[in-house]
Amino acid sequence: MIAAAEAELTERVVELLRRERLLEDEHEVHSYSTPRRLVVQVNGVRARQRDATREMNGPAWAVAFRNGEPTAAALAFARKAGISEEQLRTTKFEEEHLRGTDLSSELLHRAEMQDKLGDRREGETRLFKVTSAKGEYLAAMVQDKGRPAAEVLPDRLAGELAAVYWPKNMYWRPLKVEFFVRPVRWMVALLDHAILPVEFAGVHAANLTWGHRILHGDTPMAVDHPDDYLGVLEAARVTADVKLRRHRIRKALDLETRSVPGASWREDAALIETVTHLTEWPSVVLGNFDPEFLELPEEVLVTVMRDHQKYFAVESAEGKLLPYFLAVLNTHPEENGIELIRHGHERVLRARFNDARFFWRVDQKISLEDRVEMLKGVTFHKELGTYWDKTQANRTIAEKLAGLLNERGTSVDTQALLKAVELAKTDLTTELVKEFTELQGIVGGLYARAQGLGETVAQAIYWQYSPAAVEDPIPPTVEGQVLGIADRVQTIVSMFSIGLEPTGSKDPYALRRAANAIVKILAETGLPLVRSDLFKAVPAEVAAETQKKLADFFQERVEFWLRDMRGFAYDVVNAVVAVHSDNMRDAIARAEALTAERGSEDLAAIGAAFKRIKNILRQAAEKGILQPGQETVEVRPELLTDPAEKALRDAANELAPVVEDLRARQEYQQALKKIATLRPYVDLFFDKVMVMAEDRAVRSNRLALIGEVLGAFSRIADFSELVGS
Amino acid sequence: MPTLTASTTPVLKALTFQELLLRLLTFWAERGCVLAQPYDVEVGAGTMSPDTFLRVLGPDPIAIAYTQPSRRPADGRYGENPNRLYKHTQLQVILKPPPADIQEVYLQSLEAVGIRLREHDIKFEEDNWEWPVGGAWGVGWQVMLDGQEITQFTYFQQCGGMDLDPISGEITYGLERIAAYLQDVDSLYDVVWAVDPRTGKAVTYGEVRLEEELQLSVYNFEAADIDKLWEHLRLYEAECQALLESFHATFKVEKKAERREKIHDQLVHDGAPTPADEDVRVALRRFPVLAAYELCLKCSHLFNLLDARGAISVTERVAVMARIRNMVVGVAKAYAQQRQKVGVR
Repeated sequence: MIAAAEAELTERVVELLRRERLLEDEHEVHSYSTPRRLVVQVNGVRARQRDATREMNGPAWAVAFRNGEPTAAALAFARKAGISEEQLRTTKFEEEHLRGTDLSSELLHRAEMQDKLGDRREGETRLFKVTSAKGEYLAAMVQDKGRPAAEVLPDRLAGELAAVYWPKNMYWRPLKVEFFVRPVRWMVALLDHAILPVEFAGVHAANLTWGHRILHGDTPMAVDHPDDYLGVLEAARVTADVKLRRHRIRKALDLETRSVPGASWREDAALIETVTHLTEWPSVVLGNFDPEFLELPEEVLVTVMRDHQKYFAVESAEGKLLPYFLAVLNTHPEENGIELIRHGHERVLRARFNDARFFWRVDQKISLEDRVEMLKGVTFHKELGTYWDKTQANRTIAEKLAGLLNERGTSVDTQALLKAVELAKTDLTTELVKEFTELQGIVGGLYARAQGLGETVAQAIYWQYSPAAVEDPIPPTVEGQVLGIADRVQTIVSMFSIGLEPTGSKDPYALRRAANAIVKILAETGLPLVRSDLFKAVPAEVAAETQKKLADFFQERVEFWLRDMRGFAYDVVNAVVAVHSDNMRDAIARAEALTAERGSEDLAAIGAAFKRIKNILRQAAEKGILQPGQETVEVRPELLTDPAEKALRDAANELAPVVEDLRARQEYQQALKKIATLRPYVDLFFDKVMVMAEDRAVRSNRLALIGEVLGAFSRIADFSELVGS
Repeated sequence: MPTLTASTTPVLKALTFQELLLRLLTFWAERGCVLAQPYDVEVGAGTMSPDTFLRVLGPDPIAIAYTQPSRRPADGRYGENPNRLYKHTQLQVILKPPPADIQEVYLQSLEAVGIRLREHDIKFEEDNWEWPVGGAWGVGWQVMLDGQEITQFTYFQQCGGMDLDPISGEITYGLERIAAYLQDVDSLYDVVWAVDPRTGKAVTYGEVRLEEELQLSVYNFEAADIDKLWEHLRLYEAECQALLESFHATFKVEKKAERREKIHDQLVHDGAPTPADEDVRVALRRFPVLAAYELCLKCSHLFNLLDARGAISVTERVAVMARIRNMVVGVAKAYAQQRQKVGVR
């Protein structure tokens, strides 16, 4: 949150300086932040705004002057433009260029004229006559003299402060004058050595700042110049530069870990960010815990340390958890302080681990199997029933999918799978998951193992929520994959069926994430399942309208996957999914082949030709020349008269089975190369043959021919979707 | 004062539980707080005491500090878990409006109970608070002392669904945790509550409270009669709603003339003149809004008991919470209206 605010404020300040003509072309921007301050420093701020010229349109020429004398309207305009009556009377008006009527030439003209006038009469407002399409009128080129930065900035800076976005902000002064993330206590605003009188939230900016709350205390520190800022704070025990603080934390973690031979701290970039933005003067302390706690699963220990205490875990060279932890402090403690602090952190962690162990033991008193009944008291969704109900639905889906897989030669331990499905949600009733919700699934898996339910069952339960984020791994076992798919398909279909599909940025049930996980599992495993298998496995009746929404929703997720996760070009993705996207791995293979071949000129030409064919067919249908369904009528060879159309038909007829054979064997790249060889025939055809011939029969036949070609060679990708390079 | 040592630790001269409590209260009294007594109706947190929940409403400045035993039936552990209590003790400070140096003063209070700040790791971590049933929320921090959360610090923004103006600053100390930290004991039950200065005999937290934790856990989880709890909830709710209805019937803002007439009927014999504003004021001031609030608190606690008993299905849960919210917010609004009309108390 603070990092985002720092970035936003920086952008706002720089944009403000630019807008106000206060930013030198050569400038440097630095920004800093701590939990108590946001800082932007810009080197290269002008002391005074750049002068600017601006054109003002006045009254029509005929209105402005009567008998060569300026009228009241002209005088009023002159006053507004800051021009004296005398200047108005003595100006010798030259005819300016005729103005164009279109915008670009007008802008060009203005720029030219500003240059000209600017050169000629630096810093002076002058009058001229404009002749445009609208007629003749009086105009003035007004000089805006730059104002001093110290005058312009204070109000504007306060405005930018007020505009910073906070996910949750507050008011603190009577009458809700302003909102900010927490009350603003002081401000430093300096233009070189001078204080900028910024006022925000009743606070007047000065050159005083405060250091570390405890190590430095209440004495304010004076900042004489922006360049001194970091140094002043450093002396007051605050490292304001986030990068430097992060670096120091990493170094300190390394150093502290060195006292444990062979150990290293477990990298955790997110946790590094968290502690960097929680501290002003960080240091690190290494603590240990009773090795007895290592009997608890590593997952539980790490979650307690990371999520609840913001501690780093320590591991051996083999990656095994060691009974140590690292806490990042917001102080460099005095004397025996470090021992007190270490002891304090150890005490807290011990209590946390004791809690976890207590929950673990209590939970073992009721087996997962005995918890199934308890799921009747856990609501999945108020309209969709309990997790017990969901488990039944999940079971039906999993059973069907397992049947399909076994039929198709992928061996699934159906019995273990169904046991895993049955017990998958029971850990929601355990104390450990109630306490550490982020461990759902994982705890169930660990309990299943501890209760001797077998590795297959335990693994499937353990991995059911993975991948949670797209970069997470997929479950390592087939049973885990099927459980994960069945659970998510059930969730998505049932949510859609009561109208809870995601809209825009709103996705409260994380259905997109669930669909992404399904796509990822299908894409990255050898499971012989296609998307339609999943929907067919859902026991509930799904309304036609919902089915359509589901199909669109999944197609969108597939496109997202191909485009954003696999990096295929958007037109390649469009071309591939336009054919079909039921089979995820097949879609990837086609996208890969098309990406490899799309550079070929021949294929690009085919794409252009197919686009043309589609247009012709569409127009024909619109004009009623083709009846619906008529595109597929047989070509009558006896009506082919032109050699070019005969040649196309022959070539296509010869090529089609070859391409089809390659396609069936999924040798898509070879198939595409073959399709590309059709180009000369297609080119010749469009060169020589008029499709929309006078003769009705010939015309219909030619439409049938191009329809046939299009159909025969568009089964790998819809080339007409390709965008020319 | 005992000198407590643990095997691996530096020597600590620690306060007893009651010394901790007294020191903190004294500290805040010296800074102008009125020391209120713990509220004598069951509450889940010090925030629910009318000294916080109602008095943060309206413009009158306040400075109050009090301890508040806080009951959370579902947190009971039969006295078996060293870190969890059914009933824990909060020390609550409410400052309206909060002074600009409120964090610094708070830190001084830690020094006052023997925590030398320069020897510890203190962090203010973002932590925002809300109590949807009370239509209340605020933003603030949890204060971490060497990795232990010891205080919740909140700038109240809304209460009873109403924006607060001015806002209040709320400081809530978890006394058991701080005491266990100071005394360096791993179980809350080992915290020394008091030491007899004449004999040096120590009394522990466990001696004072363990039986209560055990027996109330048994009651909360096993013995409480679910049907009767529901019945009590219904009765308290009905009484609270009846009061609220009467309040609205009597003091509806938009129908001033009607209201006067009604009060007139209630207060004065037939034929007497229409009552003056003063009579309305008196009637309003007499209205037992505070009693209605106590009834809300009863309902809230009964809800928590039913929850601990596992008697509330998830579907019911939402509905019952909505009922209680309806009461609590209704009372808060009535209170605000009453204070506004009656003036500073």
